[in-house]
Amino acid sequence: MRRLLWPVVILALLLLVNVFFTANFFSIQMRDGHLYGSLIDILRFGAPLILVSLGMTLVIATGGIDLSVGSVVAIAGALACLQISDDAGVFTAVALALGLSVLLGAWNGLLVAVVGIQPIIATLILMVAGRGLAQLITDGQIITVNSPSYKVIGGGYWLTVPFGILLVVVVLAITVFLTRRLALGMLIESVGGNAEASRLAGIRSRGIIIMVYAFAALCAGVAGLMISSNVSSADGNNAGLWVELDAILAVVIGGTSLSGGRFSLGGTVLGALIIQTLTTTIYSIGVPPETTLLFKALVVTAVCLIQSKSFREKVFGGRRRAVPPSPAAEEKVRVTA
Amino acid sequence: MTTVTLNGLRTIPAKYVPVLVTAGLFVAMFVAGGIRYEGFASGQVILNVFIDNAFLLVVAVGMTFVILAGGIDLSVGSVVALSTMISASLMKGPGWPPYLVIPLVLLIGAALGLVMGYIIHAFDIQPFIVTLAGMFLARGLCYTIGTDSIPIEDPTFTAFAQTRIDLFAGLWISPSVIIAAVVVLVAAYVLHYTRLGRSVYATGGSEQSALLMGLPVARTKITVYTVSGFCSALGGVLLSFYMLSGYGLHAVGMELDAIAAVVIGGTLLTGGSGFLLGTVLGVLVLGLIQTVISFEGTLSSWWTKIFIGLLLFVFILLQRLFSARRT
Repeated sequence: MRRLLWPVVILALLLLVNVFFTANFFSIQMRDGHLYGSLIDILRFGAPLILVSLGMTLVIATGGIDLSVGSVVAIAGALACLQISDDAGVFTAVALALGLSVLLGAWNGLLVAVVGIQPIIATLILMVAGRGLAQLITDGQIITVNSPSYKVIGGGYWLTVPFGILLVVVVLAITVFLTRRLALGMLIESVGGNAEASRLAGIRSRGIIIMVYAFAALCAGVAGLMISSNVSSADGNNAGLWVELDAILAVVIGGTSLSGGRFSLGGTVLGALIIQTLTTTIYSIGVPPETTLLFKALVVTAVCLIQSKSFREKVFGGRRRAVPPSPAAEEKVRVTA
Repeated sequence: MTTVTLNGLRTIPAKYVPVLVTAGLFVAMFVAGGIRYEGFASGQVILNVFIDNAFLLVVAVGMTFVILAGGIDLSVGSVVALSTMISASLMKGPGWPPYLVIPLVLLIGAALGLVMGYIIHAFDIQPFIVTLAGMFLARGLCYTIGTDSIPIEDPTFTAFAQTRIDLFAGLWISPSVIIAAVVVLVAAYVLHYTRLGRSVYATGGSEQSALLMGLPVARTKITVYTVSGFCSALGGVLLSFYMLSGYGLHAVGMELDAIAAVVIGGTLLTGGSGFLLGTVLGVLVLGLIQTVISFEGTLSSWWTKIFIGLLLFVFILLQRLFSARRT
């Protein structure tokens, strides 16, 4: 658990900062049978990012990266809204949108695992073309839908809790079960450590790689449904724009290395929550909108520096030297690809 | 057609194959355009690609250094925007002369690159994340300066924008093209004929081996990011010549264009392998795609994106096929 220490500290610090600017920041109330409060809002608005980051974690664990998730977010929302506005059932629309997302993810995985294209470029193709595809689906317009049952996914409540939060909990629970209770997580880490060695050891590397990209796209698809359902419309141009960067950031802040071979789902959730809390903080302490990016850049740099071992050694070196070196098991073995 | 090309390429050293494939596909695209559209097959169309993409060419040259050394720089687009913003605001507000503004902008770009390179090297943080933070920082600084587009009315800048340098037979180029050409030549010389160039290739090939050979890996890594920052700032100056305005939303996503140009040109993202000439071809290919789309005229913006994605895919696939044969 020690590697989750820094993300937890940072999240706690960010939350504490809010207390000084927002009275009753930590209070959660019941209103009209729904839970209300700043913390609930952070979870609710952070839900899509957590989902996208979860998928991204597994992709990064295999040593890859997925730049196309933002486009998949837009495509899923666009297709679902198009179907609903064509009088298809909500269930059909959702199933179609998620099915297409999985297909797109499998396409990414195919390019990476079978054709052997570098992940960043393989997914860049879908990132560029997918944005066009989303606009093609919506015909360049913003499709608005009026469907109470579709609205539930991103904006509804179930058992007093926002439905989006429940969705995240379910997906998280399934992912944790599959990767930490079954052997799948170990196989993913082994592929990320060395795909060729894993294949020689009898692991179907290709299948695993295709599967993680499909899973990442599925998560992005669900996030896309949430975002479009929350505003009851689909915007092919702007939905999920740059969410891939936030997701990658969340994964890295959560302690998963971009070189692959190891991942931490708990860390990713913390990372995504840190980013969402940062956004909330920016609003609550009244940073002018022009300087939000600047503020974000500074916090991100600080977070990355604090987590860097060599930074801590260089800056707090004198104090640290007295402490006996941490066991070697904590170190990630550096594998040069 | 594929087999003919393959048979022809057998005798050529493998390291030149990706560049030659790109060159071949570029020629094929130009010929196809010439057959399909009237007035396409002229020298001026190629020169226009250079004129419209001089800034991208300069940025992609910087990106080539970083990628050859095994890194990546996501901040270039934002640094380009920041450079246009700083030049425009300094000339409009305090009325600084261009001969002060341009060196200052170049210095800021190089300094940003230097800081990012230092953080990447000294604290062992992944380049993707550091330059992502740099991207937020530079874009944030743009909006801090101003959220609106600032026009540039300085006579020197407008002269640069409007000057036509006549070549022969009615062909012409802009001064930006000459600047970009000089940058390309200098960069090609540095990469292929100097110690720094060899260190860049060695570091990208294997950092460990480069270190064991006694090469200055630390200095090389910091230098490539500084070069990239400088090139982005210069690209920003060229973009302000072209646009005659400074705006925080200029060059959004240009980092991906630059990375795509470098990769289309046959440089491996893992570092250590590729040529600067390839990057020039990559920029030309991206520019020619834009030209084809403008000649087509009826394509909507989304078909443009899908078409660019498809073309990128075809290039990467062909390149992959050839390199697979090699090993």
